[in-house]
Amino acid sequence: MIELVVASGKGGTGKTSVLASLAVLAERAVVADCDVDAADLHLLLEPVVGRRTPFYAGHEAVVIPGACTGCAVCVEPCRAGAITLADGRAVVDPLLCEGCGLCVHLCEEKAVAFEPRLNGEWYVSDTRVGPMVHARLEPGGESSGKLVTLVRSEARRLAAERGLGMVLVDGPPGVGCPVIATMGGASRLLAVAEPTTSGVHDLERLLELAAHFEVPAVVVVNKWDLYPDLTRAIEELAERRGAAVLGRIPYDLAVTTAQLAGRTAVEMGGAGAEAMVRIFERLRPMLDAGRRQLPQTRGASAPP
Amino acid sequence: MIVAVASGKGGTGKTTVATSLALAAGREVRLLDCDVEEPNCHLFLETGPATVETVGLPVPVVDPELCNACGICGDVCQFNAIAVLPEGAMVFPTLCHGCGACTWLCPEGAIREETRPLGEVSTARVGSVELLTGRLTVGEALAPPVVREVRRRGDGAGLVIVDAPPGTSCPVMASLRGADVVLLVTEPTPFGLHDLTLAVEVVRRLGIPFGVVVNRAGCGDDRVQDYCRDEGIPILLEIPQDRRIAEAYARGRPLVEAFPEWRGPFAGLLEALARLARNGDQAPAGNVRVGGAP
Repeated sequence: MIELVVASGKGGTGKTSVLASLAVLAERAVVADCDVDAADLHLLLEPVVGRRTPFYAGHEAVVIPGACTGCAVCVEPCRAGAITLADGRAVVDPLLCEGCGLCVHLCEEKAVAFEPRLNGEWYVSDTRVGPMVHARLEPGGESSGKLVTLVRSEARRLAAERGLGMVLVDGPPGVGCPVIATMGGASRLLAVAEPTTSGVHDLERLLELAAHFEVPAVVVVNKWDLYPDLTRAIEELAERRGAAVLGRIPYDLAVTTAQLAGRTAVEMGGAGAEAMVRIFERLRPMLDAGRRQLPQTRGASAPP
Repeated sequence: MIVAVASGKGGTGKTTVATSLALAAGREVRLLDCDVEEPNCHLFLETGPATVETVGLPVPVVDPELCNACGICGDVCQFNAIAVLPEGAMVFPTLCHGCGACTWLCPEGAIREETRPLGEVSTARVGSVELLTGRLTVGEALAPPVVREVRRRGDGAGLVIVDAPPGTSCPVMASLRGADVVLLVTEPTPFGLHDLTLAVEVVRRLGIPFGVVVNRAGCGDDRVQDYCRDEGIPILLEIPQDRRIAEAYARGRPLVEAFPEWRGPFAGLLEALARLARNGDQAPAGNVRVGGAP
């Protein structure tokens, strides 16, 4: 089983556009959208949702009406600053509560209930390119790492069950909790970089994270002709980090045009699409080699 | 006034807008880079030397002499950061959220806390802009404590501009909380629109007045504008799709320095934000255009 994660560090470099095109070219793969708090892949792949599951993670403190005496024993210890007194009664701000449960234990009146928190939903769907696992984190929600882990494990299970042998993962931006949950234990990272000052800075941190988790990385440069000097700098950085550069994608408004039509770049054509096809051809030997190594030996690590 | 610049989607131009707002303010301003996973503001500002301080999280340390392996801390911990073995409690610091529940509730007083570093906050200055940058150490997962520390140090009187991370999850909440007004930066594409609607849900839950900047205007279609009109969300500025702007950004040049004609529109944007912050929910429905493209 091969699990290829497309990520970028910086947002908006073209992760989702590249991943959707790879999914079309790969033909036999499960697609997983792990950018659970701003998922966009469904806008290109138009999934038909087959199974929908609520995502409960953690708990939240809820003051039971009438039970609180206003003793305030819970207020000061709450490091999230989620509890205040209003009209002599404790009030929990659900947006601040981190679900640690300290107030539940401290309250001598047993006036704080600890209720499971609904933090989103996840879906198993069918698309024109194959099965897709995706999710929606409640806006402002917590536990995105746990939701990512759920999406990934379901995608791997589906890939094994249907004999597809490949999972293509659309990763979130950044290097924190959801990215770590996306990347830990993956077979390979495909970093989509852009030749901007920010893009180079953010790629460097992403490659450092990949090295930290021992995930081998390859790099593509999107919009490479925007600033060729930095494209070369990215390629040198990748080489220093031992990451092969698989290709350059030109700045091509046809990629945006495809998005407006709800299509992937390779379905619409253009210079950007042609570059993605070449990148896929260079990726193919790695994907095929991964597919032959069934079953997968390395599991995903638990989210922090 | 605290202005938070956010967006659901990444790469829409938050940092461009935040740095240009700060540079066009024409007065003392604190710029807080709360995108601690990938902070970029410093790349656009030629600041003087920075002072750097470590940000950490209080994590439990168990005194083996006092611990009697009663198991309370392990039962209490919601983050699986403590396992209690017959020999005593064992802490997994990387899973700890620093809530302090175990320390509070240990009947033996066997738990004290020490600070586990998660990242740093650096402070530097260029002209009238004081820049505070939060930076999460690569490999660490917990961004919100670093965001909160940047806010704790940077919030206060005067003008504060917060550059928030992309997305809609907890680091974004930590960046937006307590802001007087939020500016959502988007682009006129399906991804931009979809993630804008998610960001709008977050800002509405927080009850903060907000407006929109459309970046790369003209590269897509009118769905973002239509959505804002239908929802009564003011579009405060549009920045056109222009390869020259993208190239200046690529080179790390702030928009208002590469194209000084944008100073006026950004100063006007700041005034519009101040009006929104003052009027709160009485923000006028429909589009309020200031400046526009020069």
